[in-house]
Amino acid sequence: MMKLFQLHMALSPRAKFLIGVLSFALPIALWCIVSYVPAVWHPQVLITNAGSTDYLQIGMRMDRQAFDSEVAGAKAEGRAPPEGVRSNPIYLPSPSEVAAAFYQSFTTPPPTQDGEWLHQSLWHSIQIIFWGFLISSIIGVPLGILCGAYAPISRLFEPFVEFFRYLPAPAFGALAVAILGIYDGPKITIIVIGTLFQQILIIANTTRKLDGALVEAALTLGAKNSQLLRRVVLPGILPDLYRDQRILLGWAWTYLIVAELIGTTSGITWFITQQARYQHFPNVYAAITMIGILGLGMDMILALLSRRLFPWDRSLAKSN
Amino acid sequence: MTPSRSEAGLLPSYLDQSDDVRERFDRIKARDVILKVERLGKTFRSAVGTTLALDDINFSTHRREFLCVVGPSGCGKSTLIRILAGLEEKSGGQVLLHGRPVSGPGRDRGMVFQGYTLFPWLTVKKNVMFGLEVNGAAGDQAEREALQWLQLVGLEKFANAYPHQLSGGMKQRVAIVRALANQPRILLMDEPFGALDAQTRARMQDHLLEIWKKIDITIIFITHDLDEAIFLGDRILVLSPHPGRVQELIEVPVRRPRTAMQCILPEFLAAKARLEELIHQSTADDEREAYPAVARLTDVADDVE
Repeated sequence: MMKLFQLHMALSPRAKFLIGVLSFALPIALWCIVSYVPAVWHPQVLITNAGSTDYLQIGMRMDRQAFDSEVAGAKAEGRAPPEGVRSNPIYLPSPSEVAAAFYQSFTTPPPTQDGEWLHQSLWHSIQIIFWGFLISSIIGVPLGILCGAYAPISRLFEPFVEFFRYLPAPAFGALAVAILGIYDGPKITIIVIGTLFQQILIIANTTRKLDGALVEAALTLGAKNSQLLRRVVLPGILPDLYRDQRILLGWAWTYLIVAELIGTTSGITWFITQQARYQHFPNVYAAITMIGILGLGMDMILALLSRRLFPWDRSLAKSN
Repeated sequence: MTPSRSEAGLLPSYLDQSDDVRERFDRIKARDVILKVERLGKTFRSAVGTTLALDDINFSTHRREFLCVVGPSGCGKSTLIRILAGLEEKSGGQVLLHGRPVSGPGRDRGMVFQGYTLFPWLTVKKNVMFGLEVNGAAGDQAEREALQWLQLVGLEKFANAYPHQLSGGMKQRVAIVRALANQPRILLMDEPFGALDAQTRARMQDHLLEIWKKIDITIIFITHDLDEAIFLGDRILVLSPHPGRVQELIEVPVRRPRTAMQCILPEFLAAKARLEELIHQSTADDEREAYPAVARLTDVADDVE
């Protein structure tokens, strides 16, 4: 056991796998205990029989103290006491309920006429992310590389970018709606504003970290300016650039919910707010889980891909 | 100042040359001057003031000469070679290659660094092709030449390996042929074997001499290893520190071809004694007092010697 906690100790593949499984199993186990063991938490009572109390209905939830005093009152007066089981508040559904909602969201049509399937909402969200991240990258990646490679360009852009990145992207929501209307335009804009400025700075830094000796070696081999950029700087930073893009894509996802609230609510955010309004909390959790699975899945695919793309990259052997 | 071994009469003078060594030097000096360094100076400016790194450096090398540069740390030997390579601006004087002043890096001066500096994203073959390609050679032509160069250092089997799959000695062989593939007039080597273990280093020294014999190349080789300098060099440029100045340009009195056995010959030892004397002189003032006598911290009865 002590051996596991040595600083910088590498884990065996088996230990790595098991601990990785635990990382998900532990929170789920905690959730199960809170949901299925009545002695743990369960601050409310779900009414199964209203008894003689006329304002109670089957399926209602009430605080345990209020329920207990109601039961005591009824008994004292010789009336039939209400019956119920201990339960958690409606906003904490059990894992099985969420799993069922997850399954149903793909099998049962939406209850309301203007409703969307979960996957339709998700698909809309993915498109927003895609366009936002693409536009940001088309500007941010080249500009970041140029800032990292050439000091004058860095001096010209980076002070302003440093300033701008502190402005919270959602603050531009109203402005974006005024300029771009209420549909997808302002949402994509928020993602771009949230991502672009960090992107320029991070990629500029990554570019600056390139081993200067490689550039010098290329110079002594006769490489000139544009060749240096194309044949040394770009391939030299590519694995790190790819890693940066993975992290930035994660950030873009975190801007999604805010972005989708702007103008007409859409996508997965619309699904979540709609379901929450009807107190379909299992659906809300299913949708949130879906975002997590999508994000993690995408990142894992990108990580696997990077091993194929950059077979020479030694830092890959260490991470993942 | 303690008398050196040569002054004590135990060794011949490092200036004594056997007839064949002297004839060899005459032949070298009869060849064209490839590189001429005149009144070269370098001043670094920083927030704390200016530092004179190199002061009035003068020397020249002839075609196919092997010139070693030695000196204590701080003598500016790396700065010198970086100026020759065009990676550093000089503050004064000039560098003439074939009589023409050079500025900035160029393919006529190849460079091998201590840290290998192979491009990790390119295979061994592509690394060697790099210089050819940026100078406009066609792809298949560059590939053919690269494979020939790899054959020269016995690495054709590793043509498609990535640098991280090679040992340190192999990496440095690739770095050498990568520089040579451009067919430079002069090969600059900045402590190229400094990171290698002793055995690999010795083999690389033999290998480098083999390569040097086979192709038309002039080598300037920086090292802090005096044995290495004597083993490899025709002449040795000794620099003194703060600021870097030429202390002496020594003609190595050891015959060629060189073998490891020669390191016990009187002429080898004489050259080494002279180098040690020069370097000792120039480091004495800064370094000798820097190490205090160590107080005893063990039991008196417990001696290791």
